[in-house]
Amino acid sequence: MNQDNVPQDKENLNEGKLAKLYYATDENGHYVKVNSVGWEPETVAMQQAWEIVDKDVEEARKKVMQGKASPVLYFMKKNIMTVPMLARYIGTIGLRVRLHMLPFFFARLSRKTKEKYAFTFRITVEELIDQERLKQHHEN
Amino acid sequence: MKIDFIHKQSAHCESGVISNLLRFHGLKFDEPMIFGIGSGLFFTYLPFVRLNGIPVASYRVWPGHIFKRFAKRIGIKIERQKFSTPQAAMLELDRMLEKGQPVGMLTSVFYLDYLPAAYRFHFNAHNIIVFGKENGRYLVSDPVMEQATDISAENLTRARFAKGIPEPSGRMYYPKNVPDNFDLEKAIWAGIRQTSDDMTRIPVPLVGTKGMHYLSTRLRKWPERLGNRKAILWLGNLIRMQEEIGTGGAGFRFIYAAFLDQASAALKNEDLFAASRKLTKSGDQLRDFAYYAGRVCKDRKSDTKSFAELADMLDQCAQEERRIFSELYALSKSK
Repeated sequence: MNQDNVPQDKENLNEGKLAKLYYATDENGHYVKVNSVGWEPETVAMQQAWEIVDKDVEEARKKVMQGKASPVLYFMKKNIMTVPMLARYIGTIGLRVRLHMLPFFFARLSRKTKEKYAFTFRITVEELIDQERLKQHHEN
Repeated sequence: MKIDFIHKQSAHCESGVISNLLRFHGLKFDEPMIFGIGSGLFFTYLPFVRLNGIPVASYRVWPGHIFKRFAKRIGIKIERQKFSTPQAAMLELDRMLEKGQPVGMLTSVFYLDYLPAAYRFHFNAHNIIVFGKENGRYLVSDPVMEQATDISAENLTRARFAKGIPEPSGRMYYPKNVPDNFDLEKAIWAGIRQTSDDMTRIPVPLVGTKGMHYLSTRLRKWPERLGNRKAILWLGNLIRMQEEIGTGGAGFRFIYAAFLDQASAALKNEDLFAASRKLTKSGDQLRDFAYYAGRVCKDRKSDTKSFAELADMLDQCAQEERRIFSELYALSKSK
């Protein structure tokens, strides 16, 4: 890629924080370093990956609102975690995390376990159990 | 405390961290040189290993290997540590900083809040250097960033003890001994030999240029096999693996071509520059591949024709790279 062809697409997801380094060639074919603010195909692929995350989060939120799942499911999706990963954070096995995603078992969790979940999700226990807040999450 | 440390931006985190750490210890290596001597370039497609339901495709060697190979070939002794508790890990970090030693470490991108939000997935093998502590915040040299930056102690602790695959477990490292003299020529040829061998001669269809060919045959069938939504998703993932943060463009092909260019200058070998030019060309084709794949993703229509065209483009790259690395192998063997 010639250094003049290094893409500088203004529409990107970098929030102005990042201009990545590219290796590109000068007119003699020797390499130089060039910064790039963004490239459309990459932005499209990233947006697509985030759309899936957002869809999962919204589905989880609805399930929690309908009483079909506990907030653990919602916050797991919001933090882009998987069950095995979350189980490692909590220090237990996947099956128990799956059970904690059911309202019946979640309601019976000890304060200590709830604190572990809250710590992992970087929220307070109150935020973890507060369903009203979940409704607002959507409105925001 | 703040250590007198020069941060320079690089494309890939692993080679960038090595470059920055070695500069502190008085060895000058540009990033492509490290990437090449550490044999960073590779290709694997593993249809049976899935991350979030999408098969793994990688354009480089496993995390950590560049460092290992480079250190061995130049003769650098690396001190590595891992920890069982965050407290011990942070205490040891503070102790090293007190001694004036910048430290490289493994982190999870998810907790590095100085990066744009869009990049912060759970990728647990990102390398950064911490070189100081001011007002309770750690000073960070993240090789993909233009400038040095900082991070709160809490986020750094979380990043160092992220869970999932792999788990950093607070791993940190720094050069213990750097050699006064080393055989650069031998190291360069050893790096080239391993990469060209990996790319063309491993008798497994899933790796090297054979892996690229194999992926092209699979890619052709994605629309029928997976349906519209999934085919687009898998294609988008492939673009991300090839072009997202840390590749320097075209799935590390441009960094490697830059290495061949620098090696040709260092060894006064015109053949290496010729190989660099060819790799640049085939890297351009990979960029075209990503460009058209991006268009397909944007239109959200996975017709068999466009996937067949994409597969042809990828297969062409595979054949081209096969020629380039076969030549490089013959060249490195004759040295």
